[in-house]
Parts: sequence; structure tokens; C-alpha cells
Amino acid sequence: MSDPLPLHLGASPFGASPSFVELLRIERPDALPAGTVDPPPFPVPHGTTVLGLKFTDGIVMAGDRRATTGNIIADAKMRKVFAADRLSAIAIAGAAGQAVELVKLFQLELEHYEKITGDRLSLEGKANRLAQMIRGNFPLAMQGLVVVPLFGGYDERREQGRIFYYDATGGRWEEDDYQTIGSGGQPAKNSLKKRWKPGLSRDEALRVAAEALIDAADDDSATGGPDASRGLWPVMVVVTADGASDVPEADVTAAAEAVLAERGAAS
Amino acid sequence: MSFMPYVAPEQLMKDRSDYAHKGIARGRSVIGLEYADGLLFLAENASATLHKVSEVYDKIAFAGVGKYSEFEELRIAGIRLADLRGYQYGREDVKARDLANAYSQALSTIFTQQMKPYEIELLVGEVDGENDGTSIYHILFDGSVSDEDQYVAMGGHAEELTDALRDRYQAGWDLATAIQTAVQLLATVPETREVPAEQLEAGILDRTTTERRTFRRLTKDEVSSSLG
Repeated sequence: MSDPLPLHLGASPFGASPSFVELLRIERPDALPAGTVDPPPFPVPHGTTVLGLKFTDGIVMAGDRRATTGNIIADAKMRKVFAADRLSAIAIAGAAGQAVELVKLFQLELEHYEKITGDRLSLEGKANRLAQMIRGNFPLAMQGLVVVPLFGGYDERREQGRIFYYDATGGRWEEDDYQTIGSGGQPAKNSLKKRWKPGLSRDEALRVAAEALIDAADDDSATGGPDASRGLWPVMVVVTADGASDVPEADVTAAAEAVLAERGAAS
Repeated sequence: MSFMPYVAPEQLMKDRSDYAHKGIARGRSVIGLEYADGLLFLAENASATLHKVSEVYDKIAFAGVGKYSEFEELRIAGIRLADLRGYQYGREDVKARDLANAYSQALSTIFTQQMKPYEIELLVGEVDGENDGTSIYHILFDGSVSDEDQYVAMGGHAEELTDALRDRYQAGWDLATAIQTAVQLLATVPETREVPAEQLEAGILDRTTTERRTFRRLTKDEVSSSLG
């Protein structure tokens, strides 16, 4: 921290861009994830199943904890769901290293914008910015390092929760009720199709999310189910008008155990 | 080809210095002081949207007086520097001292090399959640920087205000007392007058918060209610 610090003044006659990614591209291009010509000659860890769903006060995002490299479990405790800023959350599936870096950059992008302009981006603005960032990752996606996030948050103007999903080319779609992505996305979605209904309370929403992840783990070997013996429970983030926050582990555990108990009783 | 008449370097620096002083003296002052739970920056500001006090990083705040366009430029440059630093290294590696040094270098270069010096003064404040420490750096238009202890005033009447703060200041004030005292002092310059609550801008670095970002801008209501 002792090198002389250059302060870059007056970049443009209309002031600095509020985008951190743009700043990084100009000042430290070497720090950005760079595209190479060939796919990596070795397998890399992939994050698996995440989902997002709406409930009365906002949205819940949840993810299992497993990352796999081929048939090997690369990480049993990976976190794939993050608060992006005070009113939004992002969940990731795909090449884990790229995905976590994308989340970090996206969080900084939102914070940087907020500090430079003194205003928070609209939810629409955040969702669009994320699409552009995924598009920027496209060269890497072509080499197999695909990152697809799920993004959601509380829209202060519409006063409701909203969920967006993306494809590897940066395509952006808004989802009405719920969405899942990742290797166990299909079984999770089938589960949500049966269990989700409009007007869920927070606790009901946590339970529906836990059940979908358990269903995904049942059918998909790359998705990790809850494991009480090792204390592995899904990570969930709730976003309402009051902010984005991690669901306390006790609540997640209770939701998952309720589902497991019901199944145990039925079998 | 035009010829510049010879001007002694002493005279040149004095002229620039006088020019910057005059510009800064036209604006209102800012007070920065430590209170029980952190650091308070209080500014008299007629505008509700063109801020003098703002967030730079998790534990670092910024305040500027003088020409808005000039300190705004430095505020943005500081945020860019801090965010780049935090991204390349770690969030805890972003320090107010480095930022103060960068401001000092930039202002010093501008003072000696540009047509006109910047007519601004800056404060960079930092709280340390772990050992209850605070630091306040005061940077002048010519790049000179000082490390202040507990309180500082800057702007047109910095000296009177700092002297008054020296008499009044007590460590361990709660936020309301800190705001009240700072406002009472601001209301004594340039002459005794009323400072309306809606012309006050206050920001705090709260070391008791559980949030990563400790900076918070106080609302008009919070400021007026602490004035009682």
C-alpha cells in the first residue's frame, strides 16, 4: 500500500462514468477475467441448483451447497446466493470461479454507482446492467465457462418483488412467479410447479424453497441435499421493502426439517 | 511570441495562495468531530442535493468546502481509487491515510502546475471498529495535509471555529450533543445568526453498526430532532 496513488482526474468533460466495470477495463484490464482462445484443458468446478420465488412481501432466493467437478464433489459448502445490494439478491449456477467473480463485480458495480451518483439504481437498471456483464463474459461462455445467474429484488417504484433470469449470451427475461437454474433446475421447477401458489407468507415460501431443493437433490446427483450430520443447509436470502438479508440458519433448518419429517412420515 | 514578466517564486505562490483562500472564504464551513459512536461531519449547505459530505468506502467518509465542481471531482476520484484498491486487494486494505496522501499529491501538483489552484479544502475521516480509533485528515488547497485529533473545522472561518471547538469539545459526546454543539458554533460565524435546520447536511461513520458500510447520511428530520 505504499506505491504513489494516482488519482485520475477529469476523465471526460462530462465527469466520471458511474460504472466500476468500465473503470476496471480502463485502469486495470489485467484484473478482469480474460478470455483465452481454448477451453481450459482441465475440468473446473460448477455450481448447481439455485431458485428464486415470489411471496407476498418480496422474493426468496435459495441455493444448495454443492459444487462439482465432473463426478467429484469439489465443494460441499459453496455459497451461491448473495445479497447484491440493500434491495436485491443474485444467485449463480455454472462455472464456479467465474460466477463468484461475477457476483463480486456486480456487487461492486451497484455500490460504486450508488456512491458516485448518490442514487440507487432502479431494479430495472440493475437487471439490465447484469445482462450486459454476462454478455461481457460471452467469450468465456463459448469455451464452456458458462455463468447464468438468477437476479431478483424489491422494486421500490412498483412496490413488489421481481425475478429475472438470464442465458449465457446475456438474454434477460422476467419471471412472473418462480424460476430455477442449474443442473437440478428441472426437478426443482417441477416441485415449485406443484407447491408454489400466489400469496405465500415468508415461512411458507421458505418451506416451498426447501422442498424444491430437496426434490432437486433427490433427482440430480450434482445437487447437495440438506445434511444434518455435517450441518449443511441451503443458503436462502429474502428481499423485501425492508432490505435483503440472509435467512437465519434456524429458519432454514426448520423449513428443511419440516419437509423431511413429512416425507419420513409418508414413507 | 509573448514574454512573461519575471515574477519571484515567493510572489507567485503567495498570489495563488491568496486566490485560493479568497475562494474558500466565500463558502460556508464544515465541522468534523468524533462522538461516542463514531465520526460526525456537519456542513452548512443551502442545497439538499449537491452534497458536501459523502461516503467513500466502508469506514471512510469525505467532506469538501469551496468550489463544488472541484471537490466533487476529487470525491469521485477518491471513490474510484478506493473501489479499485478494495477490488484488487481486500476491503480492509483501503485506508484513509492512503486516500489523504493521494489527495495531497493531486492538490499539490495542481497548486504548482496549473493555471489556477483549486479553491477547496477536504476532510477524510475514518473509523476503526476494532479499537475504537478514528482518524481525520485535513487537506488544504496546496496539498498540505494534517492529521487531526478528534475535531477539526475547515472553510472560510476554520480558525475561529477550531479555536472554539478546542474550548468546547469533550470526548464521549452522544450524537445529539455533537450536532447541537457543531451547529451552535457554525451559527457564530461570520456573525451571530440563525442556521436553519434545513440548511444543514450531516453524515456519520457509525462504528457501532453491524453493516459493512458504516457511513450514513442523516435525514433532515434526524438533524432537526437532535437540535431539539
